[in-house]
Amino acid sequence: MEILVCVKRVPDTAENEFELNSEGNDLDRDDLVYSVNEWDNYAVEEAIQIVDNLGGSITVVTVGDDEAEEVLRREMAMGANNGVLLSDEAFEGSDGKGIATILKAEVEKGNYDLILTGAQADEGAGQIGGMLAAMLDYPYASLVNKIEPADGKIKVGREIEGGNQEMNEIELPCVLSIQTGINEPRYVGIRGIRKVASVDIPVKGAGDLGLDAGSVGEAGAKIKRVDYFVPDLGDGAEMLEGSTDEIVEKLIEKLKAKGGL
Amino acid sequence: MTQIFAYVPFKNGVAEDVALEFPGAAKKIDAGASVTAVVTGSGADLDKVAGELTKVYSEVIKIDNAAMAYPNAEVVRKALTNIIPAGAIVLVAHDTFGMDLAPGLSIKLESAYAADVVDFEGMDGSTLKIVRQELGGAVSTHVTCDASAGAVLTIRPGTFAPVDGSASGAVVDKSGDAGDLSAKRTFLEVVEAEVGEVDITKSDVLVSIGRGIEDEDNIEIAQELADAMGAVVSCSRPIVDAKWLEKSRQVGTSGQTVKPKVYMAMGISGSFQHMGGIKGNPFIVAVNKNPKAPIFQVADVGIVEDILEFMPALQEAIEAL
Ligand SMILES: Cc1cc2nc3c(=O)[nH]c(=O)nc-3n(C[C@H](O)[C@H](O)[C@H](O)COP(=O)(O)OP(=O)(O)OC[C@H]3O[C@@H](n4cnc5c(N)ncnc54)[C@H](O)[C@@H]3O)c2cc1C
Ligand SMILES: Cc1cc2nc3c(=O)[nH]c(=O)nc-3n(C[C@H](O)[C@H](O)[C@H](O)COP(=O)(O)OP(=O)(O)OC[C@H]3O[C@@H](n4cnc5c(N)ncnc54)[C@H](O)[C@@H]3O)c2cc1C
Repeated sequence: MEILVCVKRVPDTAENEFELNSEGNDLDRDDLVYSVNEWDNYAVEEAIQIVDNLGGSITVVTVGDDEAEEVLRREMAMGANNGVLLSDEAFEGSDGKGIATILKAEVEKGNYDLILTGAQADEGAGQIGGMLAAMLDYPYASLVNKIEPADGKIKVGREIEGGNQEMNEIELPCVLSIQTGINEPRYVGIRGIRKVASVDIPVKGAGDLGLDAGSVGEAGAKIKRVDYFVPDLGDGAEMLEGSTDEIVEKLIEKLKAKGGL
Repeated sequence: MTQIFAYVPFKNGVAEDVALEFPGAAKKIDAGASVTAVVTGSGADLDKVAGELTKVYSEVIKIDNAAMAYPNAEVVRKALTNIIPAGAIVLVAHDTFGMDLAPGLSIKLESAYAADVVDFEGMDGSTLKIVRQELGGAVSTHVTCDASAGAVLTIRPGTFAPVDGSASGAVVDKSGDAGDLSAKRTFLEVVEAEVGEVDITKSDVLVSIGRGIEDEDNIEIAQELADAMGAVVSCSRPIVDAKWLEKSRQVGTSGQTVKPKVYMAMGISGSFQHMGGIKGNPFIVAVNKNPKAPIFQVADVGIVEDILEFMPALQEAIEAL
């Protein structure tokens, strides 16, 4: 099975306290720690397990700038065979549809049976997989938490409300967005990363992909971000302050009043 | 005039709550817009829900086809693509079905796409002003959406105020216009979630742990606090993904819906998928070491501390009572 996994470099929510910049229109990005989108690690792990069973190879691809190369190397250290970086000034300002258009062009250069994305990334849209599938006219299933390959088809489980699972049969080639929990992504150590440190990762731009610059990037974008802000949601929580002992004492009084003790 | 279509999900002939939230969202897009509900399905359930919806919408389009008896997103997408006029705005719920349907629908309708919208700030010409969240709710953002060729927008369930049904609309049957509904994906069955050893939905007090628990061995600390409080331990999704606790302990849209009196959120950031599983307006206590954690916006009481130190301190004080 030839598998393409789409991955995205995102600010790590566990490692950062997000602050606005001094103009208040963007995140203060100077000290942000980035990593690969959590969901994408599950997608790569799933691809590795499928290839271990059925043979084939795995390519990881991302649309991003030079720094995005590091997430490709990380996923190659996990076990992906090839990496491709799609990068071009013309891609800047792309909206979700723009990113999907760029990825589609790369898909058409290969011969993939299965394309995996994460269920969602940092922007919480969960859009790229479904768009890519519709552009390619491939079938699609989102929030996949089980994959059982069979001949020319696969059985997939989708996670639906309440943790129930919807089983489907889907023809190949197809696009699936992978939900966390489908597997336990393997750990990548420094040694693994070192092993792939010098592997060549091709970089492709709009020209290489045969993309018209007007269809992607700012020019093709219908969705544009204006600014970031911190919403005023009224009072929020009453913050308990003081020493730990004082806080515990105040909390116990409240818990008693509310039926918590 | 802006034409807005709301795709209404339903189960067993009953519309999901979001059916009452679409009209409010539509009004915030354009107060003068015409809003039409669209329901797809088959047989008596479909007729029942379509009838109910005429109390909320002046027009309800129904598309009846056996291929949609279970909502298969690929089939529904084909039907909608044939029925929604070019340039329209389509509202879809940002739930597990909406996530399956909407991105591809926007491609087939050749319209713009914005997901998980939490607010609208009107239209300027054909440019829609949208509010979204990113990074698990840590920041909000204003985005503009060029809707000149239409737009597919998913809205977050539970964020727009519900309207009361006072309309007396009509059902329009467009089953004949659905077109070819063949699909490359076939629905097989729904496998129900396993029932666990502990039923967190029965407990009045939950000590709920998130990724802030850091290590499987630390779960004991939460269990001891729960024991002292006469509470039960529940958790957020990453704890279940890591297989540290069983799925039946997970609170959220893809886990259990709980209605406790007191909810202690320990090292949980407060994503909408987690908070979506907490109903009945409990007293929420959030302990988080990050003073900017989104959970502090929705909790009743907030404490900025390390849970690994705070939980034992609280346990000790409770045991000394
Ligand atoms: C070079 C570049 C410039 C951008 N400029 C802007 C801008 O000016 N304004 C703006 O609003 N947004 C901009 N974006 C953000 C862009 O719109 C988002 O990347 C896109 O919307 C998808 O992100 P998401 O979080 O919505 O993905 P989701 O759809 O939530 O992610 C789901 C999955 O899609 C795949 N995926 C997502 N993004 C990528 C990617 N980049 N490469 C490979 N796979 C991916 C991953 O598998 C991911 O798990 C830019 C992005 C890039 C890479
Ligand atoms: C379709 C879908 C369905 C989903 N369904 C669910 C669901 O049902 N339930 C659910 O929970 N999630 C669900 N999620 C996942 C959800 O989006 C979030 O990723 C998840 O809720 C985050 O869990 P968390 O708050 O524990 O982790 P994080 O967001 O990583 O937050 C951890 C928090 O702990 C704090 N912290 C860290 N260490 C400490 C410490 N020592 N002391 C105090 N605080 C500390 C951090 O500051 C942070 O705020 C779903 C996602 C999708 C896409």
